[in-house]
Amino acid sequence: MTAEQTDAWTLLVIVGLAGVTVLTRCFFFILDRPWTLPDWAHRALHYAPGAALAAVIAPEILMTGGHFIDTWRDARLYAAAVGVAWYFWRGGVLGTMLAGMAVYLPLHLGLGW
Amino acid sequence: MFLSSAIRRRPAFREGWRTMAPVALGIGAWGLMTGVAMLKSGLSVFESVAMTLLVYAGSSQLAALPLLVAGAPAWVILATGFCVNLRFVVFSLHLRPYLLHMPRWRRLLHGYLTADLSYVMFTRRFPRPADTPAGLDAQEAYLTGGYAVTWLAWMLLSLTGIALANFIPTHWGLGFAGVLSLVAIVCSMATTRLRILAVLVAAATAVAAYALPLKLNIVVAIGAAVLLCFWLEKRLGLDPAQEDEV
Repeated sequence: MTAEQTDAWTLLVIVGLAGVTVLTRCFFFILDRPWTLPDWAHRALHYAPGAALAAVIAPEILMTGGHFIDTWRDARLYAAAVGVAWYFWRGGVLGTMLAGMAVYLPLHLGLGW
Repeated sequence: MFLSSAIRRRPAFREGWRTMAPVALGIGAWGLMTGVAMLKSGLSVFESVAMTLLVYAGSSQLAALPLLVAGAPAWVILATGFCVNLRFVVFSLHLRPYLLHMPRWRRLLHGYLTADLSYVMFTRRFPRPADTPAGLDAQEAYLTGGYAVTWLAWMLLSLTGIALANFIPTHWGLGFAGVLSLVAIVCSMATTRLRILAVLVAAATAVAAYALPLKLNIVVAIGAAVLLCFWLEKRLGLDPAQEDEV
């Protein structure tokens, strides 16, 4: 997929994701009658969200071209580490992103990492 | 819902609006970055605008980007979005008694527009659903006022981000800002030992199983993390609800 090109399949997935937003945000009040989740599903709520996000971002940070990175000269490693440190020091999505990018951009653009 | 002047005229609408206004800048800044990240990850302008206007869920939008770019099958992207959004399922159980007296389309519209912060502010202001029709109307107006601010700030700045991203060279790698904000969200979810373990196991599995076709590494990673935590819960006699009230 290249930038600037709109394709129908991507738009369809986007509409599907909008459906997922409605489904999850309204989950328990779509139907009128009261109901509950089975126990296992309720327990999965504790772990699945963090696991899903971690599964998406780990390859984005640790892999290049489908392979585990083989160099320490990678701006993403330091940016992510600083981001995590910032989060546990100060908290906040925005601060974490800015702190990480403040490390990422000089290393990536300046040193080509 | 904020298009309904009947709701806007209720005094609680302004109260909700005023409570949410101070955090609008932070929401907007995240929207700005999400707008830039969408375009710089390879979506077209039209796709980015459609995603902004329709999906309206920052973390699932950002999580979908690498999967869309990699050409993952739709069901994997939707299932990932669903897992990322599972926290809203918990919120919806809480919001049910506040909304159940309304017609379904109205509940669904309120639910769709109530994101994390609106939910938190609303349930903090109203720990219990009102027991009079007037009280329920006021609660509806407060909720609407709050999410109106969130929606406007998010939309305006996301669209600004999409517009600005056209002037930023792709090789700067600003798409990585999206990954970094997900790093923060993962950290915010890793609040108990088992949840930290789930995050680490999922990360390791997703990398180790990367060669699987159709981006199934994501699905395998979620499954492995959840099942391992279930097993440990049982084995160690831990109660997740006791460790952390969700």
